[in-house]
Amino acid sequence: MAIVIYAESENGKIKKIAFELASYGRALADKMGIPLIAVTFNQEENDLLGSHGVEKVIKISDESLNDFNAKQYAKNIATVAKDNQAKMVVLSASANAKYLAPILAVGLSAGYASNVVALPESFHPLRVKRSCFTNKAFNISNLDNEVNIIGLSSNSYGIKEDPKSLEVIEKDSVPVNSTLKVEKVEKVTGKVTIAEADIVVSGGRGLKGPENWHLIEDLADTLGAATACSKPVSDMGWRPHGEHVGQTGKPVASNLYIAVGVSGAIQHLAGINSSKVKVVINNDPEAPFFKAADYGIVGDAFEVVPNLINKLKAFKEQ
Amino acid sequence: MKILVCISHVPDTTSKINFTDEDSSFDTNGVQFIINPNDEFGLTRAIWMQQQQGAEVTVVTVGDNSCESTLRKCLAIGANKALRIDLKPSDGFEVAQELANICKKENYDIIIAGRESIDYNGAMVPGMLAALLDYNFITNCIELTVDGDDAKASREIDGGIETVSCKLPIVIGAQKGLVEEKDLIIPNMRGIMQARQKPLEVVQAIKGTIRSSIIKFEKPSPKGAVKLVSADDIDQLIDLLHNEAKVI
Ligand SMILES: Cc1cc2nc3c(=O)[nH]c(=O)nc-3n(C[C@H](O)[C@H](O)[C@H](O)COP(=O)(O)OP(=O)(O)OC[C@H]3O[C@@H](n4cnc5c(N)ncnc54)[C@H](O)[C@@H]3O)c2cc1C
Repeated sequence: MAIVIYAESENGKIKKIAFELASYGRALADKMGIPLIAVTFNQEENDLLGSHGVEKVIKISDESLNDFNAKQYAKNIATVAKDNQAKMVVLSASANAKYLAPILAVGLSAGYASNVVALPESFHPLRVKRSCFTNKAFNISNLDNEVNIIGLSSNSYGIKEDPKSLEVIEKDSVPVNSTLKVEKVEKVTGKVTIAEADIVVSGGRGLKGPENWHLIEDLADTLGAATACSKPVSDMGWRPHGEHVGQTGKPVASNLYIAVGVSGAIQHLAGINSSKVKVVINNDPEAPFFKAADYGIVGDAFEVVPNLINKLKAFKEQ
Repeated sequence: MKILVCISHVPDTTSKINFTDEDSSFDTNGVQFIINPNDEFGLTRAIWMQQQQGAEVTVVTVGDNSCESTLRKCLAIGANKALRIDLKPSDGFEVAQELANICKKENYDIIIAGRESIDYNGAMVPGMLAALLDYNFITNCIELTVDGDDAKASREIDGGIETVSCKLPIVIGAQKGLVEEKDLIIPNMRGIMQARQKPLEVVQAIKGTIRSSIIKFEKPSPKGAVKLVSADDIDQLIDLLHNEAKVI
């Protein structure tokens, strides 16, 4: 028996979210008294997983895995899970992990709980807390199956170091029949993504127009943050759709969320609510965002933000 | 070309979320229901294929008769016919099995579902359906063109966009971008009148396996009041974020 995690990597590096999965998987493995196994694809360097509680890495390498194919990735994770009689498979909330999770659930005849926000409340049956209604509520779900998949919400457990002696086993890829081919991947390099960011800086209609977005970008750069925006901002084409956060956009679960010129409509707040600390900068003291925020500045973004950037730069240099 | 659009009947985005029966079920009292926004983007894309490529568009929901108003709205938007699978589902897998059962009989070329619903946010149904049918699956889909039995699609990935190609049949997880907000079709009087004449068929459920069940709901604990910092005292904000919140 084992706990299996899918440790995602990119450009030869294990992603940060994988270490959160490893930490969470470690806690499950300790509670159940079984080993923690990580699956990696085309990833040479796996030592850091051993520093975060993983005992065994099953390293699957194949040219056909260079492009992400949900069916093929799911098939390979399923094979590892079956070979090791996994009781639980833990996946992240990345776009790719959420893509393959339901396919994996069918392949393993497993139960699947997405948006899990904490360690299970019990193991027999498996009982987990999940966010629902786009973070307006939680539910407690029972999963009474031989194998269960947990989709862990980002930043809900944290990263904990726990060095183990790591065994790395190489395994061949299991092929699948699929006519699906990746033609092109366009990715902004060197930019923090909303899914992985510790800090997200978000701009709303209060910024008046796309020409003012340097304020958001400079603030984000200073903090090493990802940039995001409200829905109307992407609808008007001021910013790309990928930056739209909220109930109908991307969810945000960062440690710090800074909203500039965003009113705080219920649909916006729903999507960003699970961020730990929220800061609002808005010139209207009545803006609903102030009710949802931890810290707020009532003021004109065009004055406050440049000031904040300068002071933060000075702070960082200390 | 036959298209099936899977519709989830969900509380309006502004709904207050409350629970009844000792917090074991969602309180629908005073709640307005709408087409799940992600499904609505998918439905609009399907209607375009109906108008431009002669596709036949069926909408389906798994739910009790309270969902019929939402299906009628889909018919008013332009769908050719509607199916309601008569079951109050317990989890995403149960929904996927019901849909798979219909799809096996009807051989749709394209099946579109929202990438996730805004009530349970499971993001399970389209992927499970694709796996049960062994169809190609593309989620977070923001672009789709179909020519013969070739599909080309783009999907949003973390930090970018991926373009893929594949053969039909295909299951799509729809979201904004597949069509824009401004493209959503608002039913007109004629559409609403026609919708009354269009077929809405009730189908018996097969009642498959249930793999998860919700036993209780909880609301987030109430939040403390915001700490206001003067616009002239940015240093204080930095100090609070560093020393109190410990996030920078
Ligand atoms: C079905 C549905 C789904 C939706 N989904 C989403 C979603 O996922 N995400 C989302 O964001 N929205 C969503 N919305 C839209 C939402 O209701 C709001 O319309 C939207 O969030 C408002 O965006 P905003 O805050 O940028 O703009 P506004 O509401 O116009 O707010 C702009 C704010 O900027 C402030 N401001 C103006 N000038 C300045 C200045 N100089 N300095 C500082 N502040 C200034 C104003 O006081 C105001 O509070 C949805 C709506 C519907 C109906």
